[in-house]
Amino acid sequence: MRITQGTFSFLPDLTDEQVSAQIEYCLEHGWAVSIEHTDDPHPRNTYWEMFGQPMFDLRDAAGVMAEVTSARATFGERYIKVNAFDATRGLETLRLSFLVNRPSVEPGFGLVRQEAAGRSIRYTIRSYSTDLPAGERYQ
Amino acid sequence: MDLDARKQLPSADRYRAGVLKYAQMGYWDPDYEPKDTDVLALFRITPQEGVDPEEAAAAVAGESSTATWTVVWTDRLTAADVYRAKAYRLDPVPGSEDQFFACIAYDIDLFEPGSIANLTASIIGNVFGFKPLKALRLEDMRFPVAYVKTFDGPPTGIVVERERLDKFGRPLLGATTKPKLGLSGRNYGRVVYEALTGGLDFTKDDENINSQPFMHWRDRFLFVMEAVNRASAASGEVKGHYLNVTGATMEDIYERAEFAKELGSVVVMIDLVIGYSAIQSISKWARRNDMLLHLHRAGASTYTRQKQHGISFRVIAKWMRLAGVDHIHAGTVVGKLEGDPNTVQGFYNILREPLNPVDLQRGLHFEQDWAGLRKVMPVASGGIHAGQMHQLLHYLGEDVVLQFGGGTIGHPDGIQAGATANRVALEAMILARNEGRDIWNEGPAILADAGRWCTPLRAALDTWGEVTFDYASTDTADVAATPTPA
Repeated sequence: MRITQGTFSFLPDLTDEQVSAQIEYCLEHGWAVSIEHTDDPHPRNTYWEMFGQPMFDLRDAAGVMAEVTSARATFGERYIKVNAFDATRGLETLRLSFLVNRPSVEPGFGLVRQEAAGRSIRYTIRSYSTDLPAGERYQ
Repeated sequence: MDLDARKQLPSADRYRAGVLKYAQMGYWDPDYEPKDTDVLALFRITPQEGVDPEEAAAAVAGESSTATWTVVWTDRLTAADVYRAKAYRLDPVPGSEDQFFACIAYDIDLFEPGSIANLTASIIGNVFGFKPLKALRLEDMRFPVAYVKTFDGPPTGIVVERERLDKFGRPLLGATTKPKLGLSGRNYGRVVYEALTGGLDFTKDDENINSQPFMHWRDRFLFVMEAVNRASAASGEVKGHYLNVTGATMEDIYERAEFAKELGSVVVMIDLVIGYSAIQSISKWARRNDMLLHLHRAGASTYTRQKQHGISFRVIAKWMRLAGVDHIHAGTVVGKLEGDPNTVQGFYNILREPLNPVDLQRGLHFEQDWAGLRKVMPVASGGIHAGQMHQLLHYLGEDVVLQFGGGTIGHPDGIQAGATANRVALEAMILARNEGRDIWNEGPAILADAGRWCTPLRAALDTWGEVTFDYASTDTADVAATPTPA
């Protein structure tokens, strides 16, 4: 399966040129770009691993792209996303977040149903990738 | 007693038993300087033939605050001068000779803290049926920060909603299940499953889906949540369906909301017709239970649409931000329902901005500071389709739920294809906009390009590309150009 988290997951994977243009857009708005990666893309897994700090002071798209390239080289078999953070009062949140790398095989998720009273079901979404311990997934 | 009908009287004359003009009773005071703590209202007044507009404005101030039709000596047992609302400004409506804008100031202590029911019982309680007026419309209101702070506001708000859903940088996508009446629970869930797996973020119950013979509410909730969870597992995204918990009594509403929570829904929905107190009750419930609260403005057009009489939707939008909902239907501009572009943008600004400056072209007559109150996500729904994506983004911006009901379910290749067409159209347009392209002019070309590799989008454009709803709006701003501060 193809997970569709992030702003552009229904489009074909973005080229480096397209990624760079989006980063440029974020920097023009004064947002801080950061890179995160994970091998557990559960929809409620909020805290992916940070690939360094948010780049508050880096205002050059080429510099950010160098970090993206470096993240891909290190974690090529993980999901990697680029986030843009806006510190404006009343927002103080992400304004854009999109995937820039996927593992070569995406095993997806199973749905575990626990049958409860009155036809109710308690649902659990389980990442197949987490069947293996961290570090051994997506080999 | 031959007195100037516009002048206040000395106390002894003012309180002599009998009938006085409202202006003479002190409800017209052109020298009054509104206080920062006053609640302000702007009414559009159409007096009956022969009725002096200042007297009409004074009557509105009187009937919406302390007055009755005759002098009562018991006023003198109160600080009547403070409690009396004051009409302090009157302007002819540009282009409409029989109509006037009247500004009225109300002391903050006239209102119960945190109660929309009390606020509205004063402002719209009696006065709309008043005989000397041919018609009356509440155009806008300004709430002082001190009063805003007595409300909890939206339980979730735009920022937290996005963080919970993990969806940033684009409008959210939804669809209302169709046909709105008649599907069984099992078939209803099928529509939800197809639309969400196809790429939508939300699906929705319609306003009149509650618990009917063809589908009881529990059955709907169970089938829908199966569909929502399947779609979430299939995509890796958080998905939701607005489960309409509207019921005959508050006990029914709570029971349905609790069941939605037990099943793991992230959102519930109510109709505006449940009433202001019910809305505030379920809002507090939603806040306690970390639930998004979607409001369908069922019934609103009965009193918001006509310019001369009723309540502008901008006022309803302000009341609902105070009352505390997370989503509210606020117009599409380009779809099948009423919506002049400037007027609709005025509604959106009320829902989404931390502070609204005076903006007469968009119908905002007062500055409104929201004092940190969370923002409401507007919902655009009704006769919109993928071919309008550039226009929707241009008019409505990014913080909006674009809701394509027919535009998803009516797709020639099925519901999943319809959903995919909408999602691809949206992402392609955001990508292009961020790249600096002029989407207003290049929009159709951007969509056609994406349609070359996305068959569902191509089919959607072929089916609906030319559909527009181009009718004159009835609810438009009165100030067209070169606005001056109110």
